[in-house]
Amino acid sequence: MATTITELEVGRVVGAPVERKEDAALLTGQAKFVDDMSLPGMAWMAVVRSPYAHARIADVNVDGALAHRGVIAAFSGEDLADEWLASLPCAWLPTEDTNQPNHRPLAVDEARYVGDGVAVVIAESRGEARDAAELVQVDYDPLPTVIDAERALEDGAPLVHEEFGTNRCYTWNLAAGEVDDEFAKAGVTIKERYHQQRLIPNAIEPRGVIVQPFPATGELTMWSATQIPHIARVTLSMVTGVPEAKLRVVAPEVGGGFGSKLNVYAEEALALVLARRLGRPIKWIEQRSEGYNATIHGRDLIQEIELAATSEGRIRAVRAKLTVNFGAYLQLVTAGTPLFGAWLYSGAYDVAAYDFECTGAFTNTTPTDAYRGAGRPEATYAIERAVDALARKLGKDPLEIRRLNFLREFPSAIVSGLTVDSGDYDAHLDAALEILDHDDIRRQQSERRERGDTKQLGIGFSTYLEMCGFAPSRILGAIRYGAGGWDAATIRFLPTGTVQVLIGTSPHGQSHVTTFSQIVAQQLGIAYEDVEVLHGDTAVAPLGMDTYGSRSLTVGGVAAYHAAERIIEKARKIAAHQLEVGEDELEYENGTFSANGKSLTTKELALQAWTAHNLPEGMEPGLEASFVYDPPNFSWPSGTHIAVVEVDTETGDVDLIRYIAVDDVGTVINPRVVEGQIHGGVAQGIAQALWEEAVYDEDGNLVTGSMVNYLVPSAAELPSYELGATTTPSPTNTLGVKGVGETGTIASTAAVMNAVIDALVPFGVTDLDMPATPERVWRALEEART
Amino acid sequence: MRQVSITVNGAEHVLELEPRELLVYVLRERLGLTGTNVGCDTSSCGACTVLLDGESVKSCTLLGVQVDGHEITTIEGLATNGTMHPVQEAFHEQHGLQCGYCTPGFIMATVSLLDETPNPTEEEIRHALEGNLCRCTGYHNIIRAVQTAAGVEV
Amino acid sequence: MIPAPFDYEVAESVEHAVELLGSREDAKLLAGGHSLLPLLRLRFTRPALLVDIGRIDDLRYVRDAGDTLAIGAMTRHHNVQHNPLVQEHCPVLSYAAGLIGDPQVRHRGTIAGSLAHADPAGDLPAVLTALDAEVVIRGPEGERTVPVGEFVTGVFDTVLGPQDVLMEVRVPKVGAAGWSYLKFTRRAQDWATVGVTAIVRRSNGTVDNSAIAFTNMGPKPVRATAAEQALKTPDDIEAAAAASLEGTDPPSDTQGSAEYRRHLAKVLVQRALREAISR
Repeated sequence: MATTITELEVGRVVGAPVERKEDAALLTGQAKFVDDMSLPGMAWMAVVRSPYAHARIADVNVDGALAHRGVIAAFSGEDLADEWLASLPCAWLPTEDTNQPNHRPLAVDEARYVGDGVAVVIAESRGEARDAAELVQVDYDPLPTVIDAERALEDGAPLVHEEFGTNRCYTWNLAAGEVDDEFAKAGVTIKERYHQQRLIPNAIEPRGVIVQPFPATGELTMWSATQIPHIARVTLSMVTGVPEAKLRVVAPEVGGGFGSKLNVYAEEALALVLARRLGRPIKWIEQRSEGYNATIHGRDLIQEIELAATSEGRIRAVRAKLTVNFGAYLQLVTAGTPLFGAWLYSGAYDVAAYDFECTGAFTNTTPTDAYRGAGRPEATYAIERAVDALARKLGKDPLEIRRLNFLREFPSAIVSGLTVDSGDYDAHLDAALEILDHDDIRRQQSERRERGDTKQLGIGFSTYLEMCGFAPSRILGAIRYGAGGWDAATIRFLPTGTVQVLIGTSPHGQSHVTTFSQIVAQQLGIAYEDVEVLHGDTAVAPLGMDTYGSRSLTVGGVAAYHAAERIIEKARKIAAHQLEVGEDELEYENGTFSANGKSLTTKELALQAWTAHNLPEGMEPGLEASFVYDPPNFSWPSGTHIAVVEVDTETGDVDLIRYIAVDDVGTVINPRVVEGQIHGGVAQGIAQALWEEAVYDEDGNLVTGSMVNYLVPSAAELPSYELGATTTPSPTNTLGVKGVGETGTIASTAAVMNAVIDALVPFGVTDLDMPATPERVWRALEEART
Repeated sequence: MRQVSITVNGAEHVLELEPRELLVYVLRERLGLTGTNVGCDTSSCGACTVLLDGESVKSCTLLGVQVDGHEITTIEGLATNGTMHPVQEAFHEQHGLQCGYCTPGFIMATVSLLDETPNPTEEEIRHALEGNLCRCTGYHNIIRAVQTAAGVEV
Repeated sequence: MIPAPFDYEVAESVEHAVELLGSREDAKLLAGGHSLLPLLRLRFTRPALLVDIGRIDDLRYVRDAGDTLAIGAMTRHHNVQHNPLVQEHCPVLSYAAGLIGDPQVRHRGTIAGSLAHADPAGDLPAVLTALDAEVVIRGPEGERTVPVGEFVTGVFDTVLGPQDVLMEVRVPKVGAAGWSYLKFTRRAQDWATVGVTAIVRRSNGTVDNSAIAFTNMGPKPVRATAAEQALKTPDDIEAAAAASLEGTDPPSDTQGSAEYRRHLAKVLVQRALREAISR
């Protein structure tokens, strides 16, 4: 098989759809995920979890478990209470008065959600741990529960955390411009209410952790299916008291995250403490149905959005009010997740006044946290649905309204306070419409309407703007986020001519090894195959802020680029010295410095740097450089997505028959990788519109408790996607990249729901909750009929 | 405990198994073949798909003792002498994997599909893969990979 | 999850299986395992002994028995789907078998296992009810034949006693009848929200007889006898659909409410009848 890689000219790697380095191990079953690992003397951990959404823990008796064959130890929450020096971490307390509960890895007095861990059993085998866990006897006194966020904020609602006297976690505001004024003088206003249903991330690899202790030295190594080895190390050191310098955290091969592994979990803290206590390696692997309660959920908020516009449709002001269900505790980014969208409720539009308010509430449910898009799919959904509603009220084409309001001058200081770096929204809208053949599909739609076909067509648009590349540290400080948003890369040019790149990001499917190899290979003028990218191990690549918020390329990739620049700078100095010319007399191209008919390659210079026989006066030996990059701004991908649905007006069934995505993600390092990210992101957003919903009953039991009735779509449910691309490079970073990990999810839910409503408007339906199940569609049609 | 003989990737293994040991754990933990993954506990996701006497099955929904005397092929058994199977090649070529966790399941399901239906249409492919879930790829490139393996120009 | 511990024996024959079932309290038959194993893994059931009848190759067959097809209990869904005799003489059964679960499930699940599990949302009990199929059961007292319509008694409940083994399914050939099986699902791998089997025999513009049965419109498969009676000619499709809900008692769950199911059932009956009549 001809490889496309060796045929690539050195210097032309960036921008090419090179095949991935990650694949060989994954395709042949050689890759090591955390459950693939086994250590001598390893013991298994099983967590006993509350079956009640809210209950006092009267007594925990582990005697039955201890008597079971193969059991090494068993502990209640109280037994381990003194192990915790700090709460499980919460990285963002958005306001000074944010109510932050103390979150212990095992509950002591009160269980606050179904799945809340109350005891732990350690045994010689997986089966024995599971069997013994059933023998732990816990006496619960059930307490009243509150499941719904709005109900939780009402007077008299049962309190999840009595100490606060309220279920309100915080209220956060952002306002700019004369909002009330604009609404008062508006030609038209619309007011909409949307429910962002709760979602379960369902990365196909469940969570898991192995901790290996070295009792003689007090060192511990933790392998965890995590997106955040560096953040986990810092925070788990704080929680458990294991000195950070003695704690090594490794993310092995990780099977997807989507935010669900962007967290620091009870089981990680428990495994550390138990390994330390028992002096044996401890392994815990989540069972899927267990994880449905024990791993964070996504979304779950009510949005009230109002637009004030001129009678032509020019949007003057946006008011957005969110009521968010945080669940029982604040996990790492629970409190801040909806705020990632705080600046985006005006979407891609030029708006003069803005008011955003967000209230978070505790309930007796699994904590919510970041799930692909984290706050931005919600914002896009609200504004894109609202714009369609505005268009309907004015009797205008939804595309006309969009074009009337697009931001057009870049950089653009938007009213919510940030600056959008670059973009051209007409370009991707035009491109998407061309792929669609807009006139033809509208004609088909009309014909079906005239004929009164059972199956009607709907076309929905989503022209989104999002912000990612998480994030400028000073802005994070200003909004009270507990860490920075920089990232780091170290490049080592080894004496025999191959290169190691140590990165601070932590890929779990995003192809960093491939794309960072492309960037570094091109910068250093060496072959793609000669670059090794190392990641995810705090002992190997100790500096980094990990992977989430579409930041890895935009921050980490740029760091790698600048580190490579520093390599070239140093190499240039050595070359100039050895070729006996001034630096400015040197020509450099594709890894070769030349002057006066003589030349030196970067590879040769690496050897020279290592032998140090002839270096410029005062220069340190070695060809290695680091760069820590703190982005000056977020990056701002945008795009136009179009969904075409066929709705069976008798059964309510919705079939997505076409999906078009044209995205501007700035410079593209690897078009194949970019497309793959869009495909995956789009599938998840479509799934929110049509299938997925985490449902609790009144008592706080998760009714959709497994993959049988929580509906993650398969290939049979989805179409092939039609992709296009436009590019306005980001002026914010040297590479011009914007990030793409979440754009698909951010755009797609709105596109699909707008399409479903578009199909139903002639029947009098203008609103529909998600997911658009056949029953919901049928009921909406029935109600409109009467 | 029960003694069974299972041929895995061409090699016969005689094992003492507890009846309750699921085939997927026998493969992973008794035989060290960790390529086959566990993604759920309701037979929904297909990450555990292997071939049993040449047909795709979910190894999490089989007991090790049930396949006494039978032949299992796992992802580790596809490549021969370091050369990848055409289906593996096709997934690589078409960027049909991202995190790779569901991939062995998809590949084994694909091998079985193409064995039964050598020239499937896109719709047939999508339906044949209805028992395999992926969260990363949105399936688009997986379909392209199957088509490529079937000899269709994509 | 890991099942709770259990013992395991392999049955060499049906008689042996009956004997093994009698040897312990709380013994269960293991056929393809695709209804039982999911229950074991979630620990919803904890049998003391599993009797594996999946190895009895003599129970895997499809035979032409004159007016009927005789299908061995351990015949897998994949084989029912692709068997030429089934395709020719009972195409609705072939088609329905091909809709069960997903390909991996169909490679292992058996016709008897499906029937014995009696999941109200399972396809085969309903389709076989519409086909007026019978099952042959071997027990400690000997052999008996039970119509499928009487075989299922409730949710996950059948006439099978603790030592009974389902040996064979006998399905009448449908001959020249038109047929349809409409399975409405949320995703392709899901159980039916509602399913409708329709088999219509016509001559000279009238309907001689029909069989209409529902999947998942009650604790057991429901024959829509009122609908069958209302369907005298192809023009009675709407009337038949309206009458079809008699005797149904649909569940409410995350896939749909009872009210929605009732509406969906009528729509599907109309569509199934139209399709059956057009064949």
